[in-house]
This record gives sequence, structure tokens and C-alpha cells, in this order.
Amino acid sequence: MIEALFFYLFAGVMLASSVMVVVSRNPVYSVLFLILAFFNAAGLFVLIGAEFLAMLLVVVYVGAVAVLFLFVVMMLDINFAEMRAGFQKYLPLGLIVGGILVFELVVAMYGDAFGGKTAPVVSEIANTTRLGGVLYTKYAFLFQLAGLILLVAMIGAISLTLRKRAGVRRQIIAEQNARRPADVLEVIKVPSGKAPAAANTGKAEE
Amino acid sequence: MAFELADILPALPEIILSAVALVLVLVAAYGGDGAANARRVAHLTLAGIVLAAIALLSMTSAQSTAFGGMFRADAFADYMKLLVLMGSFAAVFMSVTPLERDDINKPEFSLLVILALVGMMLMISANDLMSLYMAVELQSLPLYVVAAMRTNSLRSSEAGLKYFLLGALSSGMLLYGASLVYGFAGTTSFAGIAAAVSETDLPAGFIIGMVFMITGIAFKVSAAPFHMWTPDVYEGSPSPVTALFAIAPKVAAIALMLRLTYGAFGSIALEWSQVIMALSVASIVVGALGAIMQKDIKRMMAYSSIAHMGYALAGLAAGTHEGAFGVMIYMTSYVFMGAGTFAIILLMRRDGQSATRIADLRGLSKTQPLFALGLMVMMFSMAGIPPLAGFFGKWYVFLAAVNAGLVPLAVIGVVMSVVGAFYYLRIIKIMYFEDSEAPLDQDVPLANKLVLGVSMAVILLFFAGLNSIMDAANTATMALMAPF
Repeated sequence: MIEALFFYLFAGVMLASSVMVVVSRNPVYSVLFLILAFFNAAGLFVLIGAEFLAMLLVVVYVGAVAVLFLFVVMMLDINFAEMRAGFQKYLPLGLIVGGILVFELVVAMYGDAFGGKTAPVVSEIANTTRLGGVLYTKYAFLFQLAGLILLVAMIGAISLTLRKRAGVRRQIIAEQNARRPADVLEVIKVPSGKAPAAANTGKAEE
Repeated sequence: MAFELADILPALPEIILSAVALVLVLVAAYGGDGAANARRVAHLTLAGIVLAAIALLSMTSAQSTAFGGMFRADAFADYMKLLVLMGSFAAVFMSVTPLERDDINKPEFSLLVILALVGMMLMISANDLMSLYMAVELQSLPLYVVAAMRTNSLRSSEAGLKYFLLGALSSGMLLYGASLVYGFAGTTSFAGIAAAVSETDLPAGFIIGMVFMITGIAFKVSAAPFHMWTPDVYEGSPSPVTALFAIAPKVAAIALMLRLTYGAFGSIALEWSQVIMALSVASIVVGALGAIMQKDIKRMMAYSSIAHMGYALAGLAAGTHEGAFGVMIYMTSYVFMGAGTFAIILLMRRDGQSATRIADLRGLSKTQPLFALGLMVMMFSMAGIPPLAGFFGKWYVFLAAVNAGLVPLAVIGVVMSVVGAFYYLRIIKIMYFEDSEAPLDQDVPLANKLVLGVSMAVILLFFAGLNSIMDAANTATMALMAPF
């Protein structure tokens, strides 16, 4: 009973936020609704006992992908009003593609495409434990290889994008700390009723 | 399941190289900027390669598996890994000074090469669809990056991008094929796949998966019709990077092709041999005809390497013990021809700028007679003139093809090597019978001289050492064909 309640809660919020992703005018709102949809999908995964997938969804999609989307939306100067202009034109095509997807889903669900197999029974051992058990023993080799590949990706990304540019203003903290008042400050005595010497005015104002 | 030492020991050379790579990350990061650090990392890389080679040679070459059967070490792996190590050593060794002169003072170059080398060696030892795919990725990713290493050059960036996009596409094909093969065989291990199918009991989906996998690897060996990226990438990348591309990854990819076809698909040789035959004919023809019109020597070498891969695949198409043997002899000569030729291409500079037009070689026989002689030996060898190394490679490959009844393939191959001889001999004519307007730079680094000298010696004296090379290749072929 309580499970059904949560299912309808998660599913309802997810559907609503998915609709909002498409219809909201501000792209930043779209991304935020997308994150909400991801969270609710994670909740659905927890309900069917796939807690590892739920964690992955939150860590990978919410933590990395959605933030990347936000960056792209905010950093790039894309005129979204212009992109929306073709909405009417592409509507029929979109409907056809969507219709085909729905049809396939229905066929898969009711057409016995899975040969009568249902979702696997959730075992006593949590699937995170199971995965951890084989990932670091049986598949340790592949795990290490994946690590090396990620290292390559990191080195490659840095070596391709990091370059010395002329005229870049960098903060050098050591130099800032090494500044002494005697080097940069000048105390000027201004006799009352007279302007300070013309040559010093600029420096004093700095 | 606990790991014993025996479970990881067969992978000792790879483990040594990975450890060296991890240390070099720190050296590269904290060793300071500039040429000195790049040079230090390159020298440490060379030391690491030598160390791995020593480990490889000192280990027993008996067949053994590691990491729960995902990694296979045997005489075949030793033979091919030694070739890959030698090729990479030569490429890094002779690229230190040219990279400095091109102002690419990045320690990342050697670092990425050593990581790619780990990938190549794991490709050669792959014994499972999963380790195959991971190794291929580990080999390809660093190569995409080094192709785009010269960040201020449009050509280099274009080369990197093209290589990356087509490489990603080929990885996708490989993965799709692997998923189909897994689906129909029910296992990812090569031994299991070989046991799961036979000529009489062969699902159509399995064949589709197999063709996709072969296509994916054909991209990596740049066999026609999947060769389109090769000329652009060879031309656009900095010359030392091209030298690397032309030698080591090809050997690893051919070795992987042998592993996959003779190992996993060993029970259905009739099916894949047609595919390989088509690839072989297409590569031989495209390579021979495409090279004729080239004006840039790096582009010409790209087409030449396509043709060479075609000849190697001709041996593979035979599907016999003799065929694999021929491929190994061919790849041995290929490594030395590639290293020697690129030792000369790397010294083609004029006024401090890289000058890689074929016309730039004019009059080389008068300004630098020794190098002209070296390039002549390489070109004669590539054209397959006896008694040089290239001749023996072609001889054993065509012999295997004829004995397996693939006479048309052998005839096409021989005819096209005559066409190929035209552009190899044209270079000799340009060097010896045409006068130059301005000589190439005389200042040649010692490393290039050494690599050229060693390659020349090997190619000239190949026939003298042929018996021991044949013995090694024979043992390696036996190991390749041995049951799991």
C-alpha cells in the first residue's frame, strides 16, 4: 500500500517534471526540471530494489551530466527563441517518431517480446554488494584497464587544452604575500590649505 | 576468489609499463616546463620499454593465462609484443629531437605513447571480448591525442579530430559486433566462442556480429575500404607522431585480427576468410593506385601502409598455419622498413622547417649520400626486391595464399606490387637523378642515424638470419593455433 503510494508519487512528479522540461520557456528551468525527473527516476529504481542503479543515476546524471547541461546552457550564447521557431514545422515528424516509440513500447510490453520473463526476483544480498564482489575480484583486470583509460582521457584533455597564452593576468599568491607596505605605499604630508604636489596626485589616488 | 601470483605474472611486461607510466605522470607534472623535462620523460619512457622487453624475454614463453582467462600469454604474444616494443622504441627514440625542433616540448607525448603501448600489448594478449575492447580503447585514445598534439596547427587538429571521429565509429562497430557475438555464443571468452559455433551450426546473427568485429578492426589496421582517414591523419600529424602510427599500432591490430580469427572464430575459417580476402584485395589495389599521384611523402607512406596491410591480410585470408606464419614474417619486415623510412622522413627539414614533399628529396644522393642509400634500401625492400626483407614477407604471404587455393588473390597481389614498385622506384630516381635547388638541413640527430643504421642492417641481412626468424615465427604460429 505504502509502496504503491510512493510509486504514484514518484511517477507522477517525474511525468510532470518531464513535461515541464519540454514546455518551460527558460532553458535553465528546463535543466532544473530534468534534475527533478532524474531524482524521481532514482526513487522508482529504489522501489524495485535496484539501489545501485539509483545511486548511479544520482551520481552520474544529476552530479555530472545535468551540471554539464547547466554549464552549456549558461555559458553558450544560444538564442532559444530562434530554436523554437521551427516547432510547428517539425511537429508532425516529432509526433511520428514519438508514435513509433510508443507503439514499440506497447508491443514489447504486451507482445511477449521477452518470452514470458519477468523482472528478476530481488535476492537477499543487495546488488551493490554483488557488483562489488565481482568488480574487484573477477573483473579486477578490466577495472584497472578502465582506470588507465580514464587517466589517458584526463592527460589528453589537459595536454590539448592547456597552453601558455601571452598577456594572461594570473594571481600569484606568493608575490601578493611578499608585498611590503614600504614598496607600495607612500605617505604624503599634505599641508592644510594647500593641494599636494601635482606629480604625486596620481599615485596617492591609486 | 583470490588472486595468486601466477594469475598476474604472465602480464609482467604490461604491469611494468603501467607502473612506469604512472611514475612518469608525476615526473611530467612536477619536472618543470620546457624541453629538458620532455627529454627526461622521453628517456625514462625508453628505459621503461627496455625494461618491459627484458621482462618479456626473460619469462617463459609457455602458454598461460592470467586474470581469470582474460589475458593470454604465449609464444605468439611474445613475438608480436617484441615487434611492437621495438617499433615504439624506435618511434620515441628518433622523435625526441624533431619534436624539440618543432617546438612541441610536451612530456605528455612519451607518456601517452607508453600508455598506448600498454594497450597494444594487451590487444595482442586479448583472450576475451571484454579485454579486447578495453585494450583497443586504451590503445586508440592516446593516439587521437598525440595526432592533435600540435595545438597551433590547423592540420594537426584536423587530423586528430578525423582520427577521433572515425576511431569512435569503428569502436562502435566493434562493440556492436561483439555484443552480437556474445549474444549468440553466450560467452565472451574466445575459447567459449570457438566451442559454441561450428560450420554446420552457425546462426546468421553470429556471422553479422563477426563481420562487424572484423570491420571494426579493419578500421584500426586501415584496410580499404575503411582507410579514408589514413592519408589525412598521416599528413596532418607531426612527423614523429606519423612515424609512431605507421609502425606499432598496425602490428598490434594485425595481431589482434589473428587472435580473433584464428582463436575465437577458428572453427569457422571458411566464413571469415571471404571477408578478409575482400579487404585484402581492396587494400592492395587502393594502396598501389592511390600512392602514385601523391606529392607528399607522408601521404605516400599512408597509401603504402594500406597496401602493406593488404598483403598481410592476404596471408591471413589463407586461414592456414602457413598463412599466419607469412603474416608474422611480413610484419617483422614491415616494422623495420617503417622505422628506417621514417628515420629519413624525420630528417627532411629545410631551414628549420619540416619539408615533406617528395620533390624535397631531389639531389639527396649528392648532399647526403648515406641517407640516400638508406632510403634506397628501404624503397627496394618495400617494392619486394630480393634479397631484402620485404621480398621474404611477400614471398611467404603469397605462397600461403596460393597453397590455400587463393590464386586470383595472389595474382592481383603480384600485379599490384609491380604497380607499387613504380612509386618506390620513382623516389630513388628523384634522389639520384634530379638536382636540388636547395639542400636539406645537414644537422641530423644521432638517434635517427642509429635507427636507420639498425633497420638497414636488419633488412640487408634478413636472409642471413632468416632461419632463426622463421623458427621463432613458426613456434609463434603453433602457439597461436594451439587449443586453449
